[in-house]
Amino acid sequence: MSRAEHRDTADGGAAAAVAAVPRAVGAGGAPSRLWTSGLFRSELLTTFRRWRTLALLAVLAAVPVLVGIAVRIETGDGSSAGGGPGGGGGGGEGPAFIAQITNNGLFLVFTALAVTLPFFLPMAVGVVAGDAIAGEANGGTLRYLLVAPAGRTRLLLTKYATVMTFCLVATLVVAASALAVGALLFPLGEVTTISGTRIGFGEGLLRALLIALAVAASLLGIAALGLFVSTLTNSGIAAMATTVGLLITVQILDQIPQLDALHPYFFSHYWLSFADLMREPVYWDDLQRNLGLQALYAAVFGSAAWARFTSRDITA
Amino acid sequence: MQEQSAAAPDPHPGADPDPGSDGVGARAGAGAAVISTRALTKRYRGGQLAVDGLDLTVPAGSVFGFLGPNGSGKTTTIRMLMGLIEPTSGTAEVLGRPMPRSARTVLPEVGALIEGPALYGFFSGRDNLLRYDAADPTADPRTRHARVGAALDRVGLTAAAGKKAKAYSLGMKQRLGLAAALLRPRRLLVLDEPTNGLDPQGMREIRTLVRALASDGTTVFLSSHLLDEIEQVCTHAAVMARGRLITQGPVAELATGARGRLVVTTPDPADAARVLKEQGVGDVVVTEDRVTGEPPDRDLAELNAALVTAGVRVRGFGVERASLEDAFLALTGEGFDVAG
Repeated sequence: MSRAEHRDTADGGAAAAVAAVPRAVGAGGAPSRLWTSGLFRSELLTTFRRWRTLALLAVLAAVPVLVGIAVRIETGDGSSAGGGPGGGGGGGEGPAFIAQITNNGLFLVFTALAVTLPFFLPMAVGVVAGDAIAGEANGGTLRYLLVAPAGRTRLLLTKYATVMTFCLVATLVVAASALAVGALLFPLGEVTTISGTRIGFGEGLLRALLIALAVAASLLGIAALGLFVSTLTNSGIAAMATTVGLLITVQILDQIPQLDALHPYFFSHYWLSFADLMREPVYWDDLQRNLGLQALYAAVFGSAAWARFTSRDITA
Repeated sequence: MQEQSAAAPDPHPGADPDPGSDGVGARAGAGAAVISTRALTKRYRGGQLAVDGLDLTVPAGSVFGFLGPNGSGKTTTIRMLMGLIEPTSGTAEVLGRPMPRSARTVLPEVGALIEGPALYGFFSGRDNLLRYDAADPTADPRTRHARVGAALDRVGLTAAAGKKAKAYSLGMKQRLGLAAALLRPRRLLVLDEPTNGLDPQGMREIRTLVRALASDGTTVFLSSHLLDEIEQVCTHAAVMARGRLITQGPVAELATGARGRLVVTTPDPADAARVLKEQGVGDVVVTEDRVTGEPPDRDLAELNAALVTAGVRVRGFGVERASLEDAFLALTGEGFDVAG
C-alpha cells in the first residue's frame, strides 16, 4: 500500500505541474480543461495514423491535380476553359472560377474547393465522424476508454474536436495541393474578383485562406450529424454509410424546387456562399447564414449525441 | 482537485462526503467491502432478465472468483460494476462509492479486463497502452512512458512492444489487455476470463501474476468458467446461474458445503463395505478396491479401528475433500458447461 501512496502523491504533484504549464490545444472547440489535451493528442494520433484517413486525404489531394491537369490539357491550344469571365456562380460552364485558372493558378484553389465541397469533403468528414464512436464500439476499445476512465462527455467533446480538426486539415490539404499544382502549371499574379476589381496576389492568398476556413466551417454541421449517428450504433460501417447517405439525400432534396421552404434548413444549402469572399466588397449575408446554420446543426446534433451517448448502455 | 480525491487510497470509505452514499453503517460492519451490490438487477430492452436481484459482497484483499456458465450474467454484472451499463434497479458500490455515478473517482483505481482485450491493430503494443493511459485524466503524463514500460515488462511483452497489435497472437493480446489494467497501482482488478486463449504456460504465469498482485494488497475480482482455475487462485467465490447468485463465500467453505466422502482402499472391499455399513456410514459404494461412503458425525479413527478389528486389510483411509465442481453440481443440480 505504501508504494501506491507514494505513486499517488507523485500523481497529485504532477497534475499541479501540468496545470501550471498549459499545453496548446490544437483546434478550436476543445474543452478548456487542461487534462483533456492528452486525450485530444492521442485522439489526433489515432485518427491520422489510420490508413483510411490517409487514403481519404490522398484522394482529396488528388482532386486539384486532376482538375489542374485537365484545365492545362484543355487550354493547351491557347483558348480558355469554361468560356465566359468570372464564372463565379458555377452555371452550366463547369465549376466555379475554372475559367480563370489559366490566367492565375491561385484560382485553382477556389475551383478545387468548389469541386470537392459538394461531395468529396463532406464524404470524408462523414466517414471520420461516423466512425468516431461507432468504430471504437465496433473494435471494443470504447469500453476500455470508458473504464480508463475517459468520461463520456469528455470523450465525446474530444471526438468532436478531432472531427473538427479533420475538417480543417482536409480542407487545407485540398487548398495546399491546389495552390502547389496551380503555381506549377499556371502563372500567378494579381487576382480579378467576381466584382471585376483587381487585388494583389498577397491579398488573393489571404482570401484563399479565408475561403478555406469558410469551407472547413461549412463542414461542421455534417460533422455533428455524423457524430450523432455514430452514437446510435455499434457498427462503424453502418454509421459511415448512414452519414454519407444523409449527405446525398440532403443534396438531392436541396435540388427539388417544391421543397423550397425547407431549403434554408439543409446544412448544404449555403455551402457555395464561400464564393462571396471573392467579391469586392465581400458579401457577408449568405456567409453568415451558412455559419449560423452550421452552428445550429452543431448545437442540435451535438446535444443529441451527448444525450444519447451519456445515457446509453455500452454492450460492445 | 479531482485527481487528489481519486488518487488518495481512502482507508475509510465511510468518510465519503458524497451525499448519495447510503449504507455507510453496513459497509463498516462488513469490514471494507470492495464491491457490494444490493438487489442489483438488469433487464435488457428485449425483456430478458440478465441479472436478477444480485447481492454480492467482495471483501477487501480477497481474490474473488466469480463463477458461472456462459450466459449466466457475469459479464453484465461486471459491466454494471464498471459503469458501462445502467442497472434497471438496485445499487452497486465499488470501493465504497456508488456506481455508475462515481465512475470518475472510482475507475482510476480499478484495472479492468472485460470480455477479452480490445486493441488498435494499427498501433504497436506500446502505443495501445499509451493511448489507454492518455484516456485516464488522473494519470500523470510525465511518468506515462515509464509506467507503460513497467506494465509491458510485468506481462512479459517488452520484446514485442514495438510490433503492431494486429500481428499479436491471442495470448499476446490477452497479455496486453492485462498490461492496460496494470498501468497504475490499483486497489481493485477486475479480470473477466483472463486466461482465455492462453496456453498452459501462459495460464500458469497469469495465476502467478494474480497471486503476486493479491499479495501486494490488490483485491482481484476474477470471473471464469473454469472451476479448477478458481480453486487454484481464489480465496473467495460466488456462483451465478441464470442471472441469480446461487452462493458466495470463502472457497474452503463452499467446497465443504458439499460434504467430502470417506474413501477406503482395500483388497477386501466386500468386508469393508459390510463393516462400514454397520458403523453407520451411509451411501456405501464399492468400485473395485475402493469403498466410499458418507462419513458419520464421529471420530473417523474409530471407524478405522473397527475395520482393522474385523480383519479388513486397509491400504488407504481418508476423506476426499469435495471439489468446487462437486459443490457446484450440488448447488445447481446440473452440469457446469450449460449455455444460456
